[in-house]
Amino acid sequence: MQDSNSGKIVGVNGNMLTVEFDTQVTQNEVAYAILGEDRLKSEVIRVRGNRADLQVYESTAGLKVGDKIEFTDELLSVELGPGLLTQVYDGLQNPLNELAEQSGFFLKRGVYLPALDYEREWAFTPSAKIGDKLNAGDKIGSVPEGIFDHCIMLPFSFRETWTLVDVKAAGSYKIRDVIAVAQNEKGEKRDISMMQEWPVKIPISCYKEKLIPAETLITQQRIIDTFFPVAVGGTFCTPGPFGAGKTVLQHALSRYAEADIVIVAACGERAGEVVEILREFPHLDDPKTGRSLMERSIIICNTSSMPVAAREASVYTAVTLAEYYRQMGLNCLLLADSTSRWAQALREMSGRLEEIPGEEAFPAYLESLIAGFYERAGLVKLNDGRNGSVTIGGAVSPAGGNFEEPVTQATLKVVGAFLGLSRERSDARRFPAIHPLDSWSHYESIVDGKKIESARQLLRRGNEVNQMMKVIGEEGTHIDDFVIYLKSEFLDYVYLQQNTFDEVDGATDKDRQTYVFNKVSRILDTSFKFEGKDEARRYFLELRQMFIDWNYAAFGTDKFKQIENGLEDKIKERSNA
Amino acid sequence: MRKVYHRIIQIAGNVITVEADDVAYNDLAEVKSARGTSLAQVIRLLDNKVYLQVFAGSRGISTGDEVRFLGYPMRVSSSEDLLGRVFTGGGVPKDNRPAILENLIEIGGPSVNPAKRIIPRNMIRTGIPMIDVFNTLVESQKLPIFSVAGEPYNQLLARIAMQAEVDIIILGGMGLKHDDYLFFRNTLDEHGALSRSVIFMHTASDPVVECLLVPDMALAVAESYALKGKRVLVLLTDMTNFADALKEIAITMEQIPSNRGYPGDLYSQLASRYEKAVDFDGAGSITVLAATTMPGDDVTHPIPDNTGYITEGQFYLRHGRIEPFGSLSRLKQQVNSKTRSDHRTIMDTMIRFYADYKETLEKRSMGFQMSKWDEKLLKYGDLFEARMMDLSVNIPLEDALNLGWKTLAECFDTTEAGIKSDLIKEYWPKAE
Ligand SMILES: Nc1ncnc2c1ncn2[C@@H]1O[C@H](COP(=O)(O)OP(=O)(O)OP(=O)(O)O)[C@@H](O)[C@H]1O
Ligand SMILES: [Mg+2]
Repeated sequence: MQDSNSGKIVGVNGNMLTVEFDTQVTQNEVAYAILGEDRLKSEVIRVRGNRADLQVYESTAGLKVGDKIEFTDELLSVELGPGLLTQVYDGLQNPLNELAEQSGFFLKRGVYLPALDYEREWAFTPSAKIGDKLNAGDKIGSVPEGIFDHCIMLPFSFRETWTLVDVKAAGSYKIRDVIAVAQNEKGEKRDISMMQEWPVKIPISCYKEKLIPAETLITQQRIIDTFFPVAVGGTFCTPGPFGAGKTVLQHALSRYAEADIVIVAACGERAGEVVEILREFPHLDDPKTGRSLMERSIIICNTSSMPVAAREASVYTAVTLAEYYRQMGLNCLLLADSTSRWAQALREMSGRLEEIPGEEAFPAYLESLIAGFYERAGLVKLNDGRNGSVTIGGAVSPAGGNFEEPVTQATLKVVGAFLGLSRERSDARRFPAIHPLDSWSHYESIVDGKKIESARQLLRRGNEVNQMMKVIGEEGTHIDDFVIYLKSEFLDYVYLQQNTFDEVDGATDKDRQTYVFNKVSRILDTSFKFEGKDEARRYFLELRQMFIDWNYAAFGTDKFKQIENGLEDKIKERSNA
Repeated sequence: MRKVYHRIIQIAGNVITVEADDVAYNDLAEVKSARGTSLAQVIRLLDNKVYLQVFAGSRGISTGDEVRFLGYPMRVSSSEDLLGRVFTGGGVPKDNRPAILENLIEIGGPSVNPAKRIIPRNMIRTGIPMIDVFNTLVESQKLPIFSVAGEPYNQLLARIAMQAEVDIIILGGMGLKHDDYLFFRNTLDEHGALSRSVIFMHTASDPVVECLLVPDMALAVAESYALKGKRVLVLLTDMTNFADALKEIAITMEQIPSNRGYPGDLYSQLASRYEKAVDFDGAGSITVLAATTMPGDDVTHPIPDNTGYITEGQFYLRHGRIEPFGSLSRLKQQVNSKTRSDHRTIMDTMIRFYADYKETLEKRSMGFQMSKWDEKLLKYGDLFEARMMDLSVNIPLEDALNLGWKTLAECFDTTEAGIKSDLIKEYWPKAE
């Protein structure tokens, strides 16, 4: 006879175990496979009769039929509390730096550490009083966490209304110390500490209502904020073939986007790319706060050679942390690179479960899972009337760079903006390689819509002229059409393209964008007189050169003004006005 | 060692099934048949059935043959004595010298904690302008050459290996022609590099399952040297054969294919090998250069496609030249700001003009009149191909950059070049 919470292995297939049990198991509960000294974390993903299938978050090498499984009756959860910021976690919220201290160079399986530092003391200040009636998510007090006021809330799992029967005085506490006691209508009392746990696959929904995202999230990327904006609390995706610049773009967003909190989920991509963030962020200042970028960031890192099942969990871990900070009235940006790797993790598991496959062998429920993930974004009105938000941006890595594949298609159905990266543009080193004709956004731009529309029109016509020239040649093209083409190229070079790696050009704030776009827009609207095409080409090349120099000059400096004066003269030189 | 023997109940593809208890997933077994003895690895357990992938293949195995479980997974020696030696994918000496059984380590070990990696920072100089200037190779990079059969990708691999300043070279050959094997061995020998090399060689005539072991064997050995502080270069050629071997086993195991018959975990399988490339915080490094031949010269084929999503760039080798388009070193920006202040600009500008040149070529081929501008581009394109792309060019980075400025100045004026003015001032060749 086995005790009530255990079972034994009857099959091993890659990272999937088939387990026989006597009593009851819960779908998605965590279980441990016992391998000598090691306990390998896993999750129940299917139950049939007295057998359950488990995905293991570790390598299964060495497991045997007959080995013991311990069920925990708990869903896969994360720890929430002060100290999450600046952390680097794997997909199951294991702190990688602490793991390195303990296990050295390699990720030793079966080692799980607390996500938060239980010994560290935090300066707690209560804001609720004894007798206050609270619902889940309502504020009890706060602790300073770096630049933020970290709210300590009635745990999200508390149902109905609770009355505070005790609150600790202001002072230093560890996160597991009791800082308050609450009682519900049935008279049940519970201790409350500064830490709570929450199952990652269930959205946190302690808010009044979801609002329509309206405000633009400034990313300081011109092509995004001006042409394909992202909204605070909105969703967007950046599909693109390999090497088109998805990761570089996400890194730029993680540095420059004007969100309070940035959560980077490196999901099944290269470890080296995370290392860049790990090593650089602590030394980069957030210009808004003057503090290191790390202080507003959390990094979830389950790279491609780390266990696949933990990769599947990692995007949920990331979005749960984002929702947690949203509950404090903060704007959180979650960047997931790449959601395709998450989908592939689902596919691998679905294959092992021998489910009936959908297109490209992805599971039939892929679409609803993708929709469910992006649904966790949003701008919400909290119980106390403040707003908080989670913005989600997902990179998509379509097989063969072809957007007609299940993950891209399912994503396009649910996001508010599509920033499609194109091979053609990345080959031509036109970065960021977001395609200006194919991409779209449902959100509000930072500049006047009419101006955008006319710029877009020009890009389209420029493209048509370019296509036409390929057929009838330059000599057969009318000078007016030719100038349209030159103008569209000009817009592309000086505004859509942006040098991520340049200190100044890499980030264009809102003021500068509107200022510069007005100038560009005026040039596009200006009618010029040219003797011939060579002259026109030369003129625009010169203008472009000056404009690029202008882009590299810091906003408002003498150099900036000086180049601007030169630009004005240059415009007058050929202007018909 | 246990002496229990088990009977074979099923043979399909290179996978045999036996009934046995107390067998661990991933462990090895020994299969004795009339053809000899082969190792086999446990790839699935279900109730009392054990599925084994037989390294030497299942041909000639009979249901009456005996299987003995060894109780440990695949291992390889990490001893210094490996240097200068040649082994099969299964780790058996291929050079008629004794086997090495000291310091055995398991292959396919866990991944490196990202927190123990550092940002790559050392350029690997190759003397090839298309690499040094445009797609700089960096220590700890993982980078394949995308090519097709008949192209000199093995020659290019060997040339880079000989030119690179590394401590140890590990060659993993998969499905190589015997001639290619000899070519590598002789090249290493001629350059006096054999004594700091280890070779794991699977040739086209060897059993296909052994091909699957080559990357893990090579990378496990590489890791052991890197942990001792060595800078290790691993050459893997041809990874397409490795992926095809994966496909074969997946089909045998009746896995549902995701794309053109390849298993859904092709990405993860390739990634777990390529991600062994590392620059350790406090130890050595592993750089991985691979060859990936593209079936049907199609880069969207699942093998190059998944590879491209994993590696840190790729070199396209076509018509004996490294193509500027599609070729990419993603780590170049880690080093090319420290080489010379004009490096990035030359890189960007020259490629941009070469793209324009290609467009002009297209126009010309359609019979359009060439404008003055087109003429400039045509001149530029020819010079670029001769001075930068030709693989016979072998010059240091600095000379290549100077040649870049010279080429630009011969074709364009400073305005047309579209380069930041301060760089023009510093580097643009002065008219004589
Ligand atoms: N904005 C940019 N400016 C300059 N170079 C860029 C830019 N974006 C991308 N690149 C170049 O393209 C390379 C590949 O970019 P990136 O790694 O972001 O591609 P990716 O789309 O994430 O590819 P994968 O799907 O394989 O991860 C970079 O290493 C860099 O050389
Ligand atoms: Mg990427």
